Amino acid sequence: MVDRARGTSLIPAPDPSPSSWGFGDGQAIPWEYAPAPEARDIVTLRERYGLFINGRSVPAAGGATFTSIDPSTERPLAEVARATPADVDKAVRAARRAERRSWGQLPGKERAKYLFRISRILQERSREFAVLESMDSGKPIKESRDVDIPLAANHFWYYAGWADKLDYAFPGRVARPLGVAAQIIPWNFPLLMLAWKIAPALAAGNTVVLKPASTTPLSALLFADVCVQADLPPGTVNIVTGPGEIGMHLATHPDVDKVAFTGSTEIGKKIGRGVAGTDKALTLELGGKAANIVFDDAPLDQAIEGIVNGIYFNQGEVCCAGSRLLVQESIADTVIDKLKDRLSTIRVGDPLDKNTDVGAINSKAQLDKITELVASGVAEGADLYQPACDLPERGYFFRPTLFTNVAQSHRIAQEEIFGPVLSVLTFRTPDEAVEKANNTAYGLSAGIWTDKGSRILDMVSRMKAGVVWANTFNKFDPTSPFGGYKESGFGREGGMHGLHAYVRLEDR
Amino acid sequence: MAARDGRRSVTPADPEAAARIDVRKTYKLYIGGAFPRTESGRSYLVSAADGTPLANACRASRKDLRDAVRAARKAQPGWAGKTAMNRGQVLYRVAELMEGRRDQFIAEVAAAEGLRGPRAAAVVDRAIDRWVWYAGWADKIAQVLGSTNPVAAPFFNFTIPEATGVVGVVAPETSSLLGLVSRLAPPLVSGNAVVLITSETRPLPAVTLSEVLATSDVPGGVVNVLTGRKAELIPVMAAHVDVDALDTWGVPETLRLETEQLAADDVKRLSRRPRSVDDARFDWLDDRASERPEWIAAFLEMKTVWHPIGV
Repeated sequence: MVDRARGTSLIPAPDPSPSSWGFGDGQAIPWEYAPAPEARDIVTLRERYGLFINGRSVPAAGGATFTSIDPSTERPLAEVARATPADVDKAVRAARRAERRSWGQLPGKERAKYLFRISRILQERSREFAVLESMDSGKPIKESRDVDIPLAANHFWYYAGWADKLDYAFPGRVARPLGVAAQIIPWNFPLLMLAWKIAPALAAGNTVVLKPASTTPLSALLFADVCVQADLPPGTVNIVTGPGEIGMHLATHPDVDKVAFTGSTEIGKKIGRGVAGTDKALTLELGGKAANIVFDDAPLDQAIEGIVNGIYFNQGEVCCAGSRLLVQESIADTVIDKLKDRLSTIRVGDPLDKNTDVGAINSKAQLDKITELVASGVAEGADLYQPACDLPERGYFFRPTLFTNVAQSHRIAQEEIFGPVLSVLTFRTPDEAVEKANNTAYGLSAGIWTDKGSRILDMVSRMKAGVVWANTFNKFDPTSPFGGYKESGFGREGGMHGLHAYVRLEDR
Repeated sequence: MAARDGRRSVTPADPEAAARIDVRKTYKLYIGGAFPRTESGRSYLVSAADGTPLANACRASRKDLRDAVRAARKAQPGWAGKTAMNRGQVLYRVAELMEGRRDQFIAEVAAAEGLRGPRAAAVVDRAIDRWVWYAGWADKIAQVLGSTNPVAAPFFNFTIPEATGVVGVVAPETSSLLGLVSRLAPPLVSGNAVVLITSETRPLPAVTLSEVLATSDVPGGVVNVLTGRKAELIPVMAAHVDVDALDTWGVPETLRLETEQLAADDVKRLSRRPRSVDDARFDWLDDRASERPEWIAAFLEMKTVWHPIGV
């Protein structure tokens, strides 16, 4: 197979041997790590979890359940109520009642205090949430502990402060709540996505029916406990668990005023069709195929860390993951060598081990999808690289994967893989980088690595992407609006812009 | 206004030249800065509010629509790339040139909408003023809608609005000029290119407006104006994957569901008229109702940028 990067390089790569430690040959560097397991006993799993409707845990009509499993062991964690359409109707009625009688009537100042309470409780119980999140989703404890849970708590904190200041967010207008919000969230950041949805909705005075993903319902159901602890008026937040059809039933429910969905573009389009012809407000946060663009003057070691964080963070199960590396041809060989070295130091394994970098893939279905797409990459002629590393015998694990010699037409360069798989492409000029980066139906995020400030701003203005990280990647903050261009969706979450998705503006 | 051979002239009458045969205008499409007839060779008779025939208008085809989208896509980066102040000046110039053709617009609006002289004059004056109002937003909207975000980490973080791209505007059916201007100006001012489907029954003032656009430094292709059957054109526009957003204000109720379903298939942004608002009764003369930065915001994308602070 021709090494395209090497074959067409204008400037000969300097010394092919990388300056970092390692061999660039896929051999695992023999670092020894003692196991550092996080204690699980902080979590008390219930045998059964009900739906959370009108402030109480109730079984589904008919009593059906499904099993939530630990993807790192394939062992069941708990039985979870499988909602029926009748349960969804009940949850929407509870939300409507709370909107009319309790939550919707509260002054902003009081709503704010409830949201501050929730934020505080999440902080107080953060380790419990982190451990549960890692057990149910497969993400490393390092990430749930340091990213997901703190950000979720911060999100409630940020929007708490807005609840009584809406007049300042929308000058010249009166911001009214939309009413009942149907919110459907994915499995990659279960509690964080819950916070992104619920915090701005409640701050603006809406009530909520939330459907977590069917593989990761547990942190949402633990959050129900937080709502109870905070004495949130019953019906303000309702949580229904079950399969995708339940989500669709919720989104198209005639008494729902607002639909917010985060998930795949395919389902997002279905939801868009489902709410067509109604007055329901809609925001969609969908898939991505972000380009991470590395110029020859980039701070390389920093860039390598950014590339690795961009695609292997959360097993690559991130809608804004930097799944396409666009590297300038003159430094392609060096970057690829350094990447291979860095990959050999990534620790894949038990999500509850504090040393783990890449945990378990969220589900069998997702693992199959990743496996299939990686096979297509090989079949279409790209070069596969995976570091030698031991995977646990049980559980859904996938090696950090890197493809070189990738063409833009390859499926691995076009489709969202949602796994730890990086496709490397090259470019010569900034124009070519822009064209390749934007050559996708998606437009969620992009990364730019260069030392030149004016080039950063030029590239920023030419990226068709809602979030652009310059010399960094995968950073999130409650004050920072997040959302897509093109088929990555519309509407923003986070920041002042995130409020807009949950209000109706009236003339003063 | 002299009525001859059953048609009513919509150019201002000159009593001195009563005997002169007037030169009538052929109403054409406006695509890519040019005034082609529809490639389909079809037309339909447009009548005044009182039923008198006014002119034959082009019945644009799906091919015309696709040509218009292509022209819009080509022109959009240049328009968005102009400085905000420059876009504001260009749109202000539209108002200047409309002012010069004020009498012609009054006559056309009076005929199309069946308004008496003073009312038609008020509508035209307001349409001119509305351009001025929106033109002024060009270099302000980013300051009102953008933000710097105090993230809890050493990064400079800011959010800026950018034009969505190509916007399909289905103009109000009833208000042929003022309603149209009120829907056209908001997407334009921020740098979008527009493919506009005019009022089906009252298309003529829109065609005259396109003549103003053509001579007011709005680059060719930035606004494209199609007359014809809404039922024929709207589904093609809603399904066109190179149209990024739709203003569905003028979509008839019978087409609402289909339009929004088609638009969902490629995640188009929608600016929808609430079902409680009746196009025919909407008061476009009400500045508070029609001058809304939210209508500009509907066709903006928010871009958030992270940049490290440090060495």
